[in-house]
Amino acid sequence: MTAFVVSICSAAIVYAVSILYAAIGEIFTQRSGIMNLGIEGIMLMGAVSGFLTVYNTNNLGLAILVVILVGALLGLVFAFFTVTLRADQTVCGMAFLIFGSGLSGFIGKNITGIATSVKFQKIEIPLLSQIPIIGDIFFKHDILVYLMYLIVPLSMFYIYRTKPGLILRALGENPAALDKAGINVFLLRYIYVMFGCAMAAISGACISLSYTNFWNEGMTGGKGWIAFSLVAFSGWNPAGAALGALLFGAISIIGINMQIYLPGIPSQFYSMLPYLATVIALIITTGSFRKKRSEEPTALCQSYDRENR
Amino acid sequence: MNIGAIQIEKKHVVPLWARILNPIIFVFIGLAFSSILIMAVGFNPIKVYSKMISYSFLNMRGINGSIRAGLPLMFCGMSVSIAFKMGLSNIGAEGQYAMGAILGSAFVLFGPELPVSVRLVVMFLLCAVGGSLWALIPAALKACWNVNETIVSLMLNYVALLFMDYLCYGPWMAKNQTTPISEAIPKEMYLPNIGSTGINSGVIVAIVIAMLLYIFFKYTTAGYQINVIRNSKNSAEYAGINIRKYVLIIMGLSGAVAGLAGFVQVTGVVHRVQAQLPGGSGYTGIVVAYLSQFNPIVVIIVSILFGGLVNSSAAVQIMGVPSQIATMLQGSIMVFVIAGEFFNHYRITLNRSRSNVNKSNANTSSINESNANKSNVIRSNVGKNVIKSNAGKKASNVSNINNVSDMSCEEKHREVREIAQ
Repeated sequence: MTAFVVSICSAAIVYAVSILYAAIGEIFTQRSGIMNLGIEGIMLMGAVSGFLTVYNTNNLGLAILVVILVGALLGLVFAFFTVTLRADQTVCGMAFLIFGSGLSGFIGKNITGIATSVKFQKIEIPLLSQIPIIGDIFFKHDILVYLMYLIVPLSMFYIYRTKPGLILRALGENPAALDKAGINVFLLRYIYVMFGCAMAAISGACISLSYTNFWNEGMTGGKGWIAFSLVAFSGWNPAGAALGALLFGAISIIGINMQIYLPGIPSQFYSMLPYLATVIALIITTGSFRKKRSEEPTALCQSYDRENR
Repeated sequence: MNIGAIQIEKKHVVPLWARILNPIIFVFIGLAFSSILIMAVGFNPIKVYSKMISYSFLNMRGINGSIRAGLPLMFCGMSVSIAFKMGLSNIGAEGQYAMGAILGSAFVLFGPELPVSVRLVVMFLLCAVGGSLWALIPAALKACWNVNETIVSLMLNYVALLFMDYLCYGPWMAKNQTTPISEAIPKEMYLPNIGSTGINSGVIVAIVIAMLLYIFFKYTTAGYQINVIRNSKNSAEYAGINIRKYVLIIMGLSGAVAGLAGFVQVTGVVHRVQAQLPGGSGYTGIVVAYLSQFNPIVVIIVSILFGGLVNSSAAVQIMGVPSQIATMLQGSIMVFVIAGEFFNHYRITLNRSRSNVNKSNANTSSINESNANKSNVIRSNVGKNVIKSNAGKKASNVSNINNVSDMSCEEKHREVREIAQ
């Protein structure tokens, strides 16, 4: 029984990390006032570019670098559209979703279903992994998971305890005030959009290089959207996102395991669980029946235009 | 906005020809961009494009194929357009399409034996009801608790497709089959072709619905109220328009039209239910709707062009080009058309008279100059200033005004500081 619980918890962490990169990136993007609906497309681009690099060079470090570059490049284009050209952010996000899934399928056609020999290996941290149960759950993962252990507290510290973090929060609430204080609103939004997209791309790479070691068209299967709804679920707070991601991870892993113990119910119904859980979580956390004020950045989805201030 | 020597100025009136020509130009730029990607994968883009065009549009068989492939896109495109008309983003057309197809086919496959015409009508209605009910879930959540309809409708896509998978792999699976398809519907229920042309008559259904939608949005009170809601929620509320009611109506209608995509696809094209029946049409519908600027009649034309794109991707597959080229082209076309929108709303001019800028910085009297140049600069005593500029002004004027606005901002700050002291 213990072994079963440990394996579920450990798998839930791996699942959670694969959506958490995108979710934390999106938290930064949305806090700066830009809503990027195209995470799913960018994740797919990250997944395919990382996989292609590993397939050709067998070099994981280079792959992550390429993934970050691809993500940042897409972010640059997205920021150009939404910040400079002031295009509708919803429509623009949809365009990136379709473009990303189309282009990733197009360039990844020839490598579909081929497994690479290299993928992120699990590293057991000395001493810590020796602790019973906790060691098995937390300290027998690959480097992307350990990085996430650092990213969550660091991003919390950045957003709530530093000056740039204060500016970031103000950016989503009242960009006009920042502009008057002499801070470059446009540049900062560019930076945060690019950061968010790079993180989403890493999320994609988690799926094609760590979660599995192959590429398949549309392999993210809605994880980008789960990450997107996680942002609202968490109240734009990285620690909340981490909790939410663990919850979704646990639900989908339990779903997969239940299949073994309760084979009477068709597998498709278990696969529905994370999507239904997302809807329910979204209702509970963002429904207007709640008394608490929403944490949603006031200027979210509004492009900043000096002429209208 | 003032970036170096480039001036960006808002346009207030966009002529009709510009609204039509602009997307067309940017479609071509999108195709040019994609040709770089096609080259990168190792193909000759001119050969690929000419093959695609000649396969899909230069002979009757190709045109028929394009129309058939475009049929579900017409309905999905219209469905997305309806929601966007009210500022709702329903991206659940894929799932609503699936649910429509499931409910309609359930009646045909397992329902009572009735005359063919009755069965067709009932199936038509049930497809609409299926899609509509599926769309009402996000609509009700939006209307009651203001839950984001984009995410909910998308999540329900996955649920609907998984349910369809379950049916096609499980209880509905045809006998002696290994692929996830149901039994075929009776032959007499197939949608006929129009005369001897080979064009599927589903297109007539689409045209009739497009007409009805056009009339609904253009000439009815409800259509007018929806337009008010999209332009300004506050004014709609002041005018006493029941926004919640319209969220339900519009999403329901949007879902119903998406469900009808299931009707034409099952009766007109595949003649059965199969796993992954929508095959991404719901998402392509978003691109179609956007390119058509949410006009249901234009949706039909764009859908046929996009149908051709899908249709011809099979033809270039023989050359070794991945069939995903269709989605890739759709995506890049949409991205470029969105970028092109900017040029409809803003005018970019190069500012040649840099000296003017310096003058206005140094000298406040330039305010009078710009006043003389027929622009209104209204400054109130509190330091709050409202600057209105008429469209179609010379670039040098704009630079003056921008500087004035920056300057008076500084003044405002100074005043605030003085008051504070």
